[in-house]
Amino acid sequence: MKQTELIPHLFRAEYRKMVSVLIRLFGIEHIEVAEDIVSDTFLTASELWGLKGVPAEPVAWLYTVAKNKTRDYLKRNKVFSKIVSDQTLQPKSDIEEIDIDLSSKNINDSQLAMMFVVCHPGNPPEAQIGLALSLLCGFGVDEIAQAFLTNTKNIYKRLQRAKQKLRLEKIRVEQPTLAEIDHRLPEVSMTLYLLFNEGYYSAGSNTTLRKDLCSEAMRLSLLLIENEQTNQPYINALYALMCFQSSRFDARSNVKGETILYQNQDKALWDTDLIAKGEFYLNKASYGDVLSKFHIEAGIAYWHTRSDDIDKKWVHILQFYNYLLVLEYSPIAALNRTYALSIVHGKEKAIEEAEKIALNGNYLYHSLLGELYTDVNNSKAIANFQAAIELLHSPAERIVLSQRITSLKCS
Amino acid sequence: MKDYLFIYRIDEDTTQAMANRSPEDLQAVTQQWMDWIGGIAAQNKLAERGNRLFPAGRVLRPGGVVSDGPYTEIKEFISGYSIVKAASMDEATKLAESCPGLTFGGNVEIREVNQL
Repeated sequence: MKQTELIPHLFRAEYRKMVSVLIRLFGIEHIEVAEDIVSDTFLTASELWGLKGVPAEPVAWLYTVAKNKTRDYLKRNKVFSKIVSDQTLQPKSDIEEIDIDLSSKNINDSQLAMMFVVCHPGNPPEAQIGLALSLLCGFGVDEIAQAFLTNTKNIYKRLQRAKQKLRLEKIRVEQPTLAEIDHRLPEVSMTLYLLFNEGYYSAGSNTTLRKDLCSEAMRLSLLLIENEQTNQPYINALYALMCFQSSRFDARSNVKGETILYQNQDKALWDTDLIAKGEFYLNKASYGDVLSKFHIEAGIAYWHTRSDDIDKKWVHILQFYNYLLVLEYSPIAALNRTYALSIVHGKEKAIEEAEKIALNGNYLYHSLLGELYTDVNNSKAIANFQAAIELLHSPAERIVLSQRITSLKCS
Repeated sequence: MKDYLFIYRIDEDTTQAMANRSPEDLQAVTQQWMDWIGGIAAQNKLAERGNRLFPAGRVLRPGGVVSDGPYTEIKEFISGYSIVKAASMDEATKLAESCPGLTFGGNVEIREVNQL
């Protein structure tokens, strides 16, 4: 790896680890101190490595420098060190003896503890995702802004507010107890689910960034699976869902970044390793008596990885959508169910059901109706594609629908 | 939107006939029910999916009188229930129209829930 790539790579991989460990050491009141020390460590690295070359063990070097900077900070700030020694480090009053434990076990424990902190329900979901990206994934403010399609100023404010909230609530950064895990794990898993979806479905055009968001959500979910207490069946279902979905990442857009619809994708581009991984974790999810939303969605995603010539593929998908809607209504599930219904029971029946779900004003609804009315009632098909175009902002998608209208008018 | 309770009723003979059907047939019947209830849920009009009930049961009357079976005279019993959301009794009745139970000789009783 070239040196110009090495530091950004190490930053992404190591920043979050050191920050988690230091925040756990200092407490939630001092998030910024932890962030400053780690940022400063990287600054020192980029200065020194440029002059003297990269050390043999760059990660070990970073850890040593971060530890020294932490000790220096504690020495310089007697008041602060008193707080630290009073709260968490009472027996070790001598700063030199403070154990800044950057072992992989403590890093994992700290990241797990931090996951429960950043997913605190005191903050709204988008703030939780922002915090997760910043503190758990080592994303910069500009990257988070890109992911949320907003500007850095907004993200900066959002992160400040979210950190302030954690401080005010005096959240403790510690290994969650079993009772807390039962109570809070659903929220943590929901944030990871949203983080993944942000990457998978976002309208942003930066494919690399979107992929990073997905793989970060997967990395954090795996962290939950690797911990015995948080290794619940529904977490495995969530991870399986993420594996199945991301198996199509390379097949779902072309070189220009335009979306390729599921039925037109080149199946040779589906990642079979990820599909196999998904199956493995879906099996691990099949215990206990809780059928979560993640189980049902993983079931749907599983059937989407199967080939179309398998008997009853769409019958299974339709059934899972029925279960999903019975569990929890969402417009997107209602639309997808209607599409599955059209394959299983035909267009006439699907049109009847589609008219009932009445999601006028939703462009996906009008595209679906346009699709269903094609060859059944072409003037209605055109009217619906037209309605969808008027609701769409993306020029690429408008073009696709305009082409549909043109071909309908010619036929 | 108000809540309406759907009470599904079926007669004993139909249940007997169903019991003799093949597993594939029964699977198909379950799918019809799920397609129907999924269709209501897709309109965001399902309040509670409810449950199916086993045919056997008991009735307790004052004075500790217990009788077997949920029915006495007629051979019809409640096979399940759901709660839907609808603007009116007419709309609720319309939702019930495609209930698969009707095709098996059953019926749906529709009752508005009296919210206290």
